[in-house]
Amino acid sequence: MMTNESLHHPKDPSGDIENPKKPDFPRVAALQQKQQRSEKPNQPRASSRFRATHVTMAHGAGGRATAALVKEVFLDAYGGRHLNRLEDAAILPLGRSSSLDSSLGASHLAFSCDSFVVTPPCFPGGSLGRLAVCGTVNDLAMAGAIPSWLAISWVIEEGTPIQTLRTVAHDIATAATEADIEIVTGDTKVVERGAADGVLLTTAGVGICPAGRELGAERIQPGDKLLLSGSMGDHGMAVMLARGDLAINADIRSDCAPLGKLAAGLLTAAPNTRWMRDPTRGGVAMLCHELAAAAEHSVLLREQQLPVRPAVRAACELLGIDPLHVANEGKLLAVVPPAETEDALAALRSSPLGKDAVLIGEISPHLEPIVLLETPFGGTRLLDIPVGNPLPRIC
Amino acid sequence: MKYIDEFRDPKLAASLLADIHARMPDRPPDNPLKLMEVCGGHTHAIHRAGLPSLLPDALELVHGPGCPVCVTPTGRIDDAVVLASEEKSILCTFGDAARAPGSKGSLLDAKATGADVRVVYSPLDALALAETHPDREVVFFAVGFETTAPAVAATIVRARRQGIPNFSVLSNHVLVVPGLKAILARPGSKLEGFIGPGHVSCTIGSEPYRFIPEEHGLPIVISGFEPLDLLQALLMLLDQLTQGRCEVENQYQRAVQPHGNPTAKAIISQVFTARPHFAWRGLGPVPGGGLRLRDEFAAFDAEERFSLPGKSVPDPKACRCGEVLVGAKKPWECGAFATRCTPENPLGACMVSSEGACAASYAYEHRRQVSWEKATG
Repeated sequence: MMTNESLHHPKDPSGDIENPKKPDFPRVAALQQKQQRSEKPNQPRASSRFRATHVTMAHGAGGRATAALVKEVFLDAYGGRHLNRLEDAAILPLGRSSSLDSSLGASHLAFSCDSFVVTPPCFPGGSLGRLAVCGTVNDLAMAGAIPSWLAISWVIEEGTPIQTLRTVAHDIATAATEADIEIVTGDTKVVERGAADGVLLTTAGVGICPAGRELGAERIQPGDKLLLSGSMGDHGMAVMLARGDLAINADIRSDCAPLGKLAAGLLTAAPNTRWMRDPTRGGVAMLCHELAAAAEHSVLLREQQLPVRPAVRAACELLGIDPLHVANEGKLLAVVPPAETEDALAALRSSPLGKDAVLIGEISPHLEPIVLLETPFGGTRLLDIPVGNPLPRIC
Repeated sequence: MKYIDEFRDPKLAASLLADIHARMPDRPPDNPLKLMEVCGGHTHAIHRAGLPSLLPDALELVHGPGCPVCVTPTGRIDDAVVLASEEKSILCTFGDAARAPGSKGSLLDAKATGADVRVVYSPLDALALAETHPDREVVFFAVGFETTAPAVAATIVRARRQGIPNFSVLSNHVLVVPGLKAILARPGSKLEGFIGPGHVSCTIGSEPYRFIPEEHGLPIVISGFEPLDLLQALLMLLDQLTQGRCEVENQYQRAVQPHGNPTAKAIISQVFTARPHFAWRGLGPVPGGGLRLRDEFAAFDAEERFSLPGKSVPDPKACRCGEVLVGAKKPWECGAFATRCTPENPLGACMVSSEGACAASYAYEHRRQVSWEKATG
């Protein structure tokens, strides 16, 4: 589904673009517009459960608000057999007579797309271009596919320096080489100044699913183990600090990386791997909630096992943000059967991208789709679902 | 992490917990020992560490009104939304205050319909915005106890010194002692002791709480925010109760002095003065419960500078926040809890911020029937 990398951030005061058409009382104007709209007879009727009247930043943050928007507006209008699964990549069967089938040993294609806006466009450890490639590559890899072809669509704001485009394009090329994916088509649009914030990228990718690789939440069993390929929260905190609003300097780099090879190594070592995802927006916490809902079992995490780099932990501590809620762009979370846990960990740790891989929890026999966290003190609590974007707390 | 990990040592926590269980007085299940942690930061820390699942069953922690975002009245948020919606204005506030719902949405909702609302991390950031945007009115929506009031006061003093004409503050600052008095005056309170707030006490000291033992015969222990701080404070409270003592004790001695921080107190009283009444969401009007700017600083007072609706909006009828705040009801005993009132669409004060009693309960324990044992089979 769509990714919105842009956390709310105050605009740079010096570069603030005023909107000349803003009415005196926008809220009143917006209410009037809404009333006019609701008087039109052919307007689609709003779902009674979805009460929002306008999009807020929370709708793009990957939490409950995003889920509600997707379900009540998008699925309501064009839901279907594949889309309703709400997977990051759709798995599409190839026809029996397909030449791909015979030439590549593939049974299915994986298809995914993702949009990218990020402020600032360059941050320690990554950039808009790198993110745009890795995001889609990782969605394909997590579906068990070999990421193969990529399309890139640019929406560019008038006045953007060509040098910016060169930088983004260079990062795209480097990441694509690293991910071993071929860029095969694309599109370019330029919009008027103010209609976009710099450069927006959309990537769509196709991957080949080798025959025999079958992943799915329905395969998950109680007692299966949860593996995380490395530390949490590096990407989200790197971007948050790079914005400069917080005046915190710390050596935190985004983990943004293509996960195709790491995932392939895992699937070779642990062929009965049940399920894989990359914990992006909403962090490991959001992903575990999705896992619990998909597996229809409780998920147990042990806080002491959760890997967080000291600088990320300190920054989160200062801001009152839970690293479990912070985005990653180069980590995977895998559910593996107990018998393959050691082999899976060894395979992950043999790659530089997975050298800090750890066992963080397990699937409970309990059927309620909740996530429980065992604290270092032996206490337990529910792991909360992030609401909206992480905002620093006041005290 | 240095100076943090020392206060999160699992072995020391286990030993403190064993002492707490050993010294817990015998109580029947229908008459638990109710102790209130006043501060929202404590509520958050207690739940994050999973302490409720480790404490004796007959020891009940009542989550108090010490979340300033939660107690900010609806009408004040409506005023802020009106201010934010003016074309000329930029409204600045702290992160979680932007989410608090008014009667017509939150500041984040106002932002989505075009208002210029910015989340800042310090009131000085708002002052800097006023300097770089001389053609705009920059209003800081100030929320907080004595913890944040000194920084806001210092910002206002600086704005006056630098002669910045387009900066003002909409003060919703609240004071902890009047809040505690309001809770103790409420009928139905079954509280038998308090964990006193840590950060507020850094400013005001431990002395202002003497009325709790002296007038109400209840013990109070001021606590830090780490799990070991809170467990030790609980043990100190149990010791007072079992030994028949009743005092103000200070567990958070590494930060809290008996008379607090004189510089911080001085700048608060230089800039602010107590209001006769300030309505706290969930508690109603609290005598002396809020701070407004002194007349000398009227030029920086958004209430003086702009004409605001200033309407008081009653709490929704379904809300049981008042009873939750005095420990008469648990969050899940409120009919609206987790149904009409959720963190996404909070109805009452206690659900507004992650530090509110109901929000913490919703996030961390609302399906209490599910125990770890059950889940682990």
